[in-house]
Amino acid sequence: MSTTLTDGPAAGVVGTRMLRREDPALLSGEARFVHDLVVPGALHLVLVRSPYAHARVISVDLSAALASPGVVAAFSGAELAGEWGSPMPCAWPVTADMQSPSHLPVAVDEVCYVGDAVAAVVAASQAEAQDAAAAVAVAYEELPAAVDLEDAASDRVLAHSALTSNRAYTWELVPDAAAVERAFADAAVTVRERYVQQRLIPAAMEPRGVCVVPQPFGGEYVVYSATQIPHILRTMLGITAGVPEERIRVVAPSVGGGFGSKLDVYAEELLCLALARRLRKPVRWSEERSEAAQATIHGRGQVQEIELAADTEGRVAAVRVRLLADMGAYLQLVTPGVPLLGAFLYHGVYDVPAYAFTCTGVFTNKTPTDAYRGAGRPEATYAIERAIDALARKVGVDPQEVRRRNFIQADKFPYSSPAGLVFDSGNYEAALDAALELIGYEELREAQARRRGEGATRQLGVGISSYVEMCGLAPSRVLASLNYVAGGWEAATVRMLPTGKAQVVTGASPHGQGHVTSWSMIVADKLGVSPEDVEVLHSDTAVSPLGLDTYGSRSLSVGGTAIALAADRLIDKARLLAAHRLEVAPEDLSLSAGQFSVRGSPSSAIGLGTLAFEAFTAHDLPEGMEPNLEASATYDPTNFTFPFGTHVAVVEVDTETGKVDLVRYAAVDDCGNQINPLIVDGQVHGGIVQGVAQALFEEAVYDGEGNLLTTTFTDYLVPAASELPSFSLGRTVTPSPSNPMGVKGIGEAGTIAATPAVVNAVVDALSHLGVEEMAMPVTPERVWRSIGASASGTGGGR
Amino acid sequence: MIPASFEYRRAGSVEQALGWLSEDPDSTKLLAGGHSLLPLMKLRLATPGVLVDVGRVPGLSYVRDAGDHVAVGALTRHRDVEISDVARAHVPLLAHVAGQVGDPQVRHRGTIGGSIAHGDPASDLPAAVLALDGVLVIDGPRGRREVGAGDFFRGFLETALAPDEMLTEIRVRKAPGGWAFQKFNRRAQDWAIVGVAAVVNGGARVALVNMGATTVRARGTEEALAAGAGIAEAAARAPEGLEPPSDLQGSAEYRRHLATVLVRRALEEATAAGG
Ligand SMILES: Cc1cc2nc3c(=O)[nH]c(=O)nc-3n(C[C@H](O)[C@H](O)[C@H](O)COP(=O)(O)OP(=O)(O)OC[C@H]3O[C@@H](n4cnc5c(N)ncnc54)[C@H](O)[C@@H]3O)c2cc1C
Repeated sequence: MSTTLTDGPAAGVVGTRMLRREDPALLSGEARFVHDLVVPGALHLVLVRSPYAHARVISVDLSAALASPGVVAAFSGAELAGEWGSPMPCAWPVTADMQSPSHLPVAVDEVCYVGDAVAAVVAASQAEAQDAAAAVAVAYEELPAAVDLEDAASDRVLAHSALTSNRAYTWELVPDAAAVERAFADAAVTVRERYVQQRLIPAAMEPRGVCVVPQPFGGEYVVYSATQIPHILRTMLGITAGVPEERIRVVAPSVGGGFGSKLDVYAEELLCLALARRLRKPVRWSEERSEAAQATIHGRGQVQEIELAADTEGRVAAVRVRLLADMGAYLQLVTPGVPLLGAFLYHGVYDVPAYAFTCTGVFTNKTPTDAYRGAGRPEATYAIERAIDALARKVGVDPQEVRRRNFIQADKFPYSSPAGLVFDSGNYEAALDAALELIGYEELREAQARRRGEGATRQLGVGISSYVEMCGLAPSRVLASLNYVAGGWEAATVRMLPTGKAQVVTGASPHGQGHVTSWSMIVADKLGVSPEDVEVLHSDTAVSPLGLDTYGSRSLSVGGTAIALAADRLIDKARLLAAHRLEVAPEDLSLSAGQFSVRGSPSSAIGLGTLAFEAFTAHDLPEGMEPNLEASATYDPTNFTFPFGTHVAVVEVDTETGKVDLVRYAAVDDCGNQINPLIVDGQVHGGIVQGVAQALFEEAVYDGEGNLLTTTFTDYLVPAASELPSFSLGRTVTPSPSNPMGVKGIGEAGTIAATPAVVNAVVDALSHLGVEEMAMPVTPERVWRSIGASASGTGGGR
Repeated sequence: MIPASFEYRRAGSVEQALGWLSEDPDSTKLLAGGHSLLPLMKLRLATPGVLVDVGRVPGLSYVRDAGDHVAVGALTRHRDVEISDVARAHVPLLAHVAGQVGDPQVRHRGTIGGSIAHGDPASDLPAAVLALDGVLVIDGPRGRREVGAGDFFRGFLETALAPDEMLTEIRVRKAPGGWAFQKFNRRAQDWAIVGVAAVVNGGARVALVNMGATTVRARGTEEALAAGAGIAEAAARAPEGLEPPSDLQGSAEYRRHLATVLVRRALEEATAAGG
């Protein structure tokens, strides 16, 4: 595959920087989120949550709550236990012997994290429900809590009294153990690093919300939920709430971000459904911000050990990785599988012959973890990209040069990786070159040397991160081999409407990504209509019954491909009708800008709009042709796609206070062909910010008893524009050979690349002072302590 | 994020507000900009029975040249202090600090009176008023009294204000000479982890944000300077006798260290600027 350095050619609208069609409604407040829905007579649910990380529930006294103004009903977990068809679902039993503690929407006799629900109160207003919830008296017997991940792995304290070990599973990927052993035995240089992936709170702009409306005559339930996965949710609700699937309709209205946190089936969704059934009234729940910090899943939460075997030139011969992954208290929808999404990528962009990966999932008495932007891949990239820098320091070679020496070379694609994947296409050196040029690498190194020479208070650091990710989740057969219980296909229908407009029905479920714009652009170019004339229907199981939703940078490369295929099928049918009308053979027709014309006699032509109307009236169709122009496609990818790139961060570190300022940032990403480079820019921007946030700002902090201390935005520091420089963005274009549009995916790339780039930059700024370790988030106090520790030679805190 | 229920009353005058306050001072709260009080109420850390909204009481929002001092009405919003020509000309430290509070939304709602009356050790304006040796004008059922800033800040969220009193004016002497404000935080809109307000004018007054239970002076530094010590030596004594908090943003030990660095920087800057 050839790589070009531009946005690529734009024949129609595809490839142009079209403004997003979604934005006027979002910016003007016209968009409606779950909390905005006006549902007359709806009751409000508020949950009573455990203040203890681990406790036995002795009794739940609801009498005061029931007597509270406006209260309609209140239930303990025991009183609701009969509502559930099965426990809360986990769709990814990664090993046959995986342990999964029973998880009910409202706990019955044991609570296992601060925030675990113990009672439900339903009242006429949210305020009344809150007052009443405060009046519920729960007697607990506190149990010891497993809080720290490594301590939990030792089984000193058990997170669940029903389990005999905190170990959920151990999963291995060791294609050739002997080769790894040999590589380490022969290695002139080895690097062994330990990194902690702190827990992160996804903090989507819109917290979660649910509203379930029973339909009085049909016996059906409309479930409005701020979810990324209306289709998966419907199936799961059918299984767990004991309501037949066909009687559930799930609608995701405007959804204000998810980042994986809404890729889940939550207690509140099940509860609203069960309570609406029980009370025969609409029941709604709106999550509060501090509640979201503990009742919505967390991301990351790993302790990583990575070893490299290398020669004195810095060429890597083997990578060995051991992970402890914090599951939290329960397994949510894909909790155990998250580390596996990174398991194949710990050798990063490097051609490493020998590879070994082991991960143990461990229960702790904390909020469950699950997929968070990048899910497994940011963790993998962080480990290898920091370890490569450690190797560069050890062998005394510039970090960009060490990367070059190890890159999978452009002529090796498709590349069979040591972990068993086939990387579709790539040109890693081109992206590195472009990024170094964008940032002005040589000048930066000179400036850095000057500041070091002067002993300046503010030192300069440059950090590089070259990444590859696997996205476009996912080939269904691969998912089967990983024990995931569903497939990875996506479905679409494309129709021409009688007036010549187009309609797209997609199984992807956008929540901020701009799918309506991208899908319109794809279809506009296929059918020769303007993007504004394309209607995009989504996120309602009654409108779009078939789909697997949005996560894992899959929507374009899987869902978009399904749309392109459906549009092609529609065109095939239209061609037959055009041939009939023009009385020529179908092969004699060529399509351009929505017009079929006869080759050699261009005046003889007919437009798709006219054909749409003819197909609609069906007055004169060829023998056997069905009315209407419409076609569907379900696309199951044959491979993942592998976007890549290089990001470079420049930081200034105040060596007196320890404060880190990110002063410049360059990102060169390659996501194959781009439908809309403006949307790509937006995804990269947001992704970088989330990656920087992990590096410098965010951490879900627990105290020794398992209390979450960061429940407001005063303590959980989400960075804002004022903490960030303008980003210099560049792109190389190496199309993917695995799908017809040559696209890859860009939703997670920024988050994957940015974190190690920034931390590498901090270490780079201080390495001449002897600093090599740096934990995340890189707080000023941590930096100050590590400078002090290195200066006094203690190697520890001061 | 829904506060416990309360009664809301909107006062048309200071007298009316004081009258309502005196009915039940312990469970009544004045509401000014609401940017400290309402977050506490939403977290149900404060549950006043009655809120007396003084936000629309006329005549309490001004920055006035009063001869030897500048008088600021208690209901003046941070933004109005920040852009006041009078404040900029005569007490530039106060104008500058007002511009460092939170973010634009906060500065357009929060009031200087609310900030001073709340007595939060993490707030910026109390340190500015303390460094400027300001005077707080208090009205109440027992009449009007004036309290020096040095006597006003008593402890954590505790000031010289009685529950039935209202702060109506803040007076700060015109301050020629050098000044500086060092605010150290991780995000621009955050409270200071440590802050330093310094006024250098023959002598030096140095007030610290978040270095104790309330806004405090760096006595060690001030004494050292008075005894003729150089800036670095004096700054090293900034944390003397202080007990800064330990929290998620920094340990007490780190805050002590920060105080020495930031006081040094503030004094250097204030001196260079004409102190
Ligand atoms: C997101 C955010 C960020 C912030 N960042 C900062 C920051 O960086 N630095 C900083 O200094 N502050 C910060 N603040 C606080 C802000 O400055 C507040 O506006 C200010 O502290 C309180 O002023 P207010 O008018 O809002 O008072 P209110 O919240 O209305 O009242 C606060 C308290 O003072 C009492 N009170 C109010 N007015 C009077 C009066 N005239 N007489 C007697 N009692 C009175 C009230 O009864 C209440 O107890 C921040 C606030 C928010 C929400």
